[in-house]
Amino acid sequence: MIPPAFEYHVPRSVADAIKLMGELGPDAKLLAGGHSLLPMMKLRFAQPGHLIDLGKIAELRGIAQAGNQVQIGAMTTEHDLLGSALLAEKVPLLVEGAGWIADPQVRYKGTIGGDISHGDPGNDHPALMLALDASFVLKGPKGERVVKADGFFLGLYSTLLEPDEILTQIRVPIPAAGTGWSYQKLKRKTGDFATAATAVLLQMSGANVAKVHIALTNAAATPLRAQAAEAHLVGKPINEASLNEAARLAMSICDPTPDQRGDADYKRAMCGEMTRRALQAAHSRAGKQ
Amino acid sequence: MANTHKVSFKLNGKAVDVAVEPRELLIHTLREKLAHTGPHIGCETSHCGACTVDVDGMSVKACTVLTVQCDGSEMLTVEGLEQGGVLHALQQAFHEEHGLQCGYCTPGMLTRAYRLLKENPNPSEQEIRYGISGNLCRCTGYQNIVKAVQSAARKLAAAPAAA
Amino acid sequence: MGDQSELQQREDKLQGMGTSLLRKEDAKFIRGQGSYIDDIKLPGMLFGAIVRSPYAHARIKKIDKTKALACPGVVAVLTADDLKPVNLHWMPTVGADVQAVLADKKVHFQLQEVAMVLATDRYAAYDGVALVEVDYEELPAIVDPKQSMAKDAPIIREDIADKKEVGHGPRTHPNHIFTWEAGDKAAADAAFANAAVTVRQEILNPRVHPCPLETCGCVASFNKATGYLTLHVTTQIPHLLRTVLAMLSGVAESKIRVIGGDIGGGFGNKVPVYPGYVVATVASIVTGLPIKWIESRIDNISTTGFARDYHGVGELAADKDGRIKGLRFTALADHGAFNSHVSASKLPAGLFSICTGSYAIPNAYCRVDAVYTNKAPGGVAYRCSLRVTEAVYLIERMIDVLAQKLGLDKAEIRRRNFVKAEQFPYTTSLGWTLDSGAYHPALDKVLKAVDYDGLRKEQAAKRADPKSGTLMGIGLATFTEIVGAGPTKVCDILGIGLFDSCEIRVHPTGGVIARLGTMSQGQGHATTYAQIIATELGLPASDIVVEEGDTDKSPYGAGTWGSRSTPVSGAATAQAARKIKDKAKKIAAHLLEVAEGDLEWEIDRFKVKGNPSQAKTMKEICMVSHTGNLPAGMEQGLNAVSYYDPPNLTFPFGAYLCVVDIDKYTGETKVRRFYALDDCGTRINPMIIEGQIHGGLTEAFAVAFGQQIPFDENGNHLGNSLMDYFLPTALETPHWETDHTVTPCPHHPLGAKGVAESPHVGGIPCFSNAVIDAFAHLGVTHMEMPHSAYRVWQQCNALGINKR
Repeated sequence: MIPPAFEYHVPRSVADAIKLMGELGPDAKLLAGGHSLLPMMKLRFAQPGHLIDLGKIAELRGIAQAGNQVQIGAMTTEHDLLGSALLAEKVPLLVEGAGWIADPQVRYKGTIGGDISHGDPGNDHPALMLALDASFVLKGPKGERVVKADGFFLGLYSTLLEPDEILTQIRVPIPAAGTGWSYQKLKRKTGDFATAATAVLLQMSGANVAKVHIALTNAAATPLRAQAAEAHLVGKPINEASLNEAARLAMSICDPTPDQRGDADYKRAMCGEMTRRALQAAHSRAGKQ
Repeated sequence: MANTHKVSFKLNGKAVDVAVEPRELLIHTLREKLAHTGPHIGCETSHCGACTVDVDGMSVKACTVLTVQCDGSEMLTVEGLEQGGVLHALQQAFHEEHGLQCGYCTPGMLTRAYRLLKENPNPSEQEIRYGISGNLCRCTGYQNIVKAVQSAARKLAAAPAAA
Repeated sequence: MGDQSELQQREDKLQGMGTSLLRKEDAKFIRGQGSYIDDIKLPGMLFGAIVRSPYAHARIKKIDKTKALACPGVVAVLTADDLKPVNLHWMPTVGADVQAVLADKKVHFQLQEVAMVLATDRYAAYDGVALVEVDYEELPAIVDPKQSMAKDAPIIREDIADKKEVGHGPRTHPNHIFTWEAGDKAAADAAFANAAVTVRQEILNPRVHPCPLETCGCVASFNKATGYLTLHVTTQIPHLLRTVLAMLSGVAESKIRVIGGDIGGGFGNKVPVYPGYVVATVASIVTGLPIKWIESRIDNISTTGFARDYHGVGELAADKDGRIKGLRFTALADHGAFNSHVSASKLPAGLFSICTGSYAIPNAYCRVDAVYTNKAPGGVAYRCSLRVTEAVYLIERMIDVLAQKLGLDKAEIRRRNFVKAEQFPYTTSLGWTLDSGAYHPALDKVLKAVDYDGLRKEQAAKRADPKSGTLMGIGLATFTEIVGAGPTKVCDILGIGLFDSCEIRVHPTGGVIARLGTMSQGQGHATTYAQIIATELGLPASDIVVEEGDTDKSPYGAGTWGSRSTPVSGAATAQAARKIKDKAKKIAAHLLEVAEGDLEWEIDRFKVKGNPSQAKTMKEICMVSHTGNLPAGMEQGLNAVSYYDPPNLTFPFGAYLCVVDIDKYTGETKVRRFYALDDCGTRINPMIIEGQIHGGLTEAFAVAFGQQIPFDENGNHLGNSLMDYFLPTALETPHWETDHTVTPCPHHPLGAKGVAESPHVGGIPCFSNAVIDAFAHLGVTHMEMPHSAYRVWQQCNALGINKR
């Protein structure tokens, strides 16, 4: 119930935050929304000696269009995403996904950057980022680099983010007009991680699929792009046969961890089912080209 | 030994100053240092919402916020809903619609409903249920709470000055 | 005579029985001014936090307090050794067993209490807990009760290994607690031997937990100067707790004050006497300082009184028309490591023998075998009225099993077996006398309201449609339950009878204060008891104050659990009020200079028969009773106390119907409709009743669809926080439709039966029956709870119906 003692730091800029991280080393953790880290600290599963609060760094917030992409500050909350008219119009998948995360109070504090950089395969944004083919801006003492979401997630709680770097911005290419989208999430109750969830972006050309991205949440130690399922669908219509095969191919790459949500068979089957439903929903939203 | 930090914020309209360790949770500061025992503790995994307060226009679980994060904030708890001896429309509605039994979830529920109606002054039943899904209740089964929020929404719409 | 509208006005002014009076309790709660345990702050108060065992079964080799004691703010660390001098390292339970207060050389379940750290504040206490070092030697654990009585099973309770019995008859194994039976086995066996049809089904009632939103805790405060102990505590049984404390602590009962203030939900979780209370009390006695202990949510789910864990076998024997001729229900009961749950001393399996339900079953036998396992102690809790949830689950499931075997409609089979109106009072073959009931009209009303025939037609059409992605199920539960413990000849705890009480004092200006032996945890007693008195005495409810929970002020009672408040202290309230009314009548007769027989009572006054302008209101009599103008020899005042020993328990009943649609591909169940008709006899406050039904159904929904306390094979908890334990939010919770009939209880002064447990008792089998009914056409006769999406999907998968 009570976290162990630690010291608290509030940098006012990203540069100051990076400097602090360098000074304090691995015993320091970044505090974003706090709704993953603080619960772990209260149960004493995490015991950092220092917290660096990113909450007062203005440059880490904001949602803006820059050319063909939307740039989202890493400290943007789920609530901010849900209320963004820009995202609702240009990247509705992200709005739909954010609405499935946790509950209203947690959404007021939880951040997209925290959700991504934790490396927890149960979080929702990683798969959304893969589906959107997003990129992340990582800043460290040596400067800034931009990496693609695809390849960022290495394993359980393991990402490309170095210990001395901060994820500062998420860059989302704006999907073409007429792109259908859906995030289908199966969970036991409000606030639970996904038993299985699938993010889909879908572009049709006439009756056939022109382009499709399928990304899976909580199906393995990292989020997964179901590339074989995507390849199968391109050039085909969305019908029972193609959906069945796409689901089967998505299931074939799953390696889910059995837990109270279900055994591997169930989770795999639900991955297939969420994939199917996400494809169907995205299809119904896709414009005709 | 961790330092203590001086933190100043506004609580239900009044300025307060506290000196806290960084690890002190807002819920404990409110309840024990500031004698505001309205918000309650029901779990330690940030699920139940009994500790919900309103900070800078956001519904927040006070058990998952450090007091040191609240310097300069404006905070509302259930104790701040009644103004000048007049109950807030939500408090009145919870009473009229039997939206409480043991009363333990009630402060958090009222404080969350307060922000919900600011986000959405005319919510449907489904929007209310989604909107209070961060607040657990074991006694009422939520049905009368939904009715209470609907009733308060109507009251507030009829007399906006009461908000 | 009297003008109708004038009479109505006087009636309305009382806000008495039958009105949906808004609650008096609300004013403080809506302002956040409740006073719950963790709100209490006393000068010098220390905070106690408990060190708990990570192992389910282990010897304690060593406890090292050194580092903890060096932690700033830590004042003391108490272990069993520190409790030995006052012989409180173990305590007797109400189940005639003993329970460790702090583990003495051995731990018996994961998270069992091993030590308590006392510190100047909460944060230091938890720091201290992290620094206590305990060396354990792990032992093999028994988690499956079916293994408890195996020949080579590890002995869990070495402390009583030599005891031939633990209060309830001979033990056949060191891990055996008792075997209890009721009914006539020979007659039941004969009925089975001669039956046209028999059905048998193994039925699990899984371990769950009531999980009220406020966890358990106390502030113990011993005054060394006066020798007076005050215990603020989350308790549903203030007086019984005071008596138990007197027996345990050596402090005279006259110097112990137990205060149950505002309680954030009980549901049976706050009946037991927990080690935390005892250690805090000892710590206060030793230090002379107030000690606060309040547990975490994980502690609460893991270690306080769980519910159910009954591994049952149901058998019914019937004729070809589905009329039940015999019943045999047995259960293996997993009590955890200590037999500590509340139960009347003569009824170790509670009221399980109500399992003949609403049906006239001529031959019945039931047996419960209770065993120890390496899990937390408990068993009776969670709106169960002493194992009634277990009993009703069995009978309502089995009658569906029988219906399916015979191809009979599930409503029709119930109609054929109901106790008929003319059979009441009906004594069941297991010995309970159902005083009243009207089962047929209740069921008929429900079926008509939902268009049952239409629903069955819809279900048939859906079953015939190969393209249907959902399975539709219709569940019924027509339950009779048994509450209101209870007649002292049958019901006692540690010898103390389960009567209850009400003391009423009337003031000269017409106000009233009433104090009772019950203890509300949200049920609205301050409102409903005021309504009873308002109607009985003709004084407005707004001027009637009701208090409970302070043992210094309230008369003795057994507290609030098992829906006993209205049946027992509601009756005491009526009886006390009637004593006052009888005295008031004598005063009125004296004032009006008539004989008592010349007076009649009308709403709020005594009137002279045939001369209505000659009347005295109760309000007037309140003042007069404090003057000298009284009949010769009469004492002043209008006060009375009643201790009510009920002649019988009460038997609320209901008819519930649930419609579900199950997604074949995910296993998710959507509750389309739930119609709940309850008969609790006379209805005191319809609004409060409806609120109780909503709450009980929601808890039933949680049990049926997701709650469980899973363990691995070593006794480690696998889901003991709110991350996993299923408490539905507003988004998951269905909409409830409520209805009622009124069949007054003939032996209760108000005709009332109690109601708050019914929705839980009836709701759980109704949900279960609905889910299983969805699969009935595919040959499924039973599915174990919880009906989570995962488990329902496994059924779909096994049947091969979710292939695309």
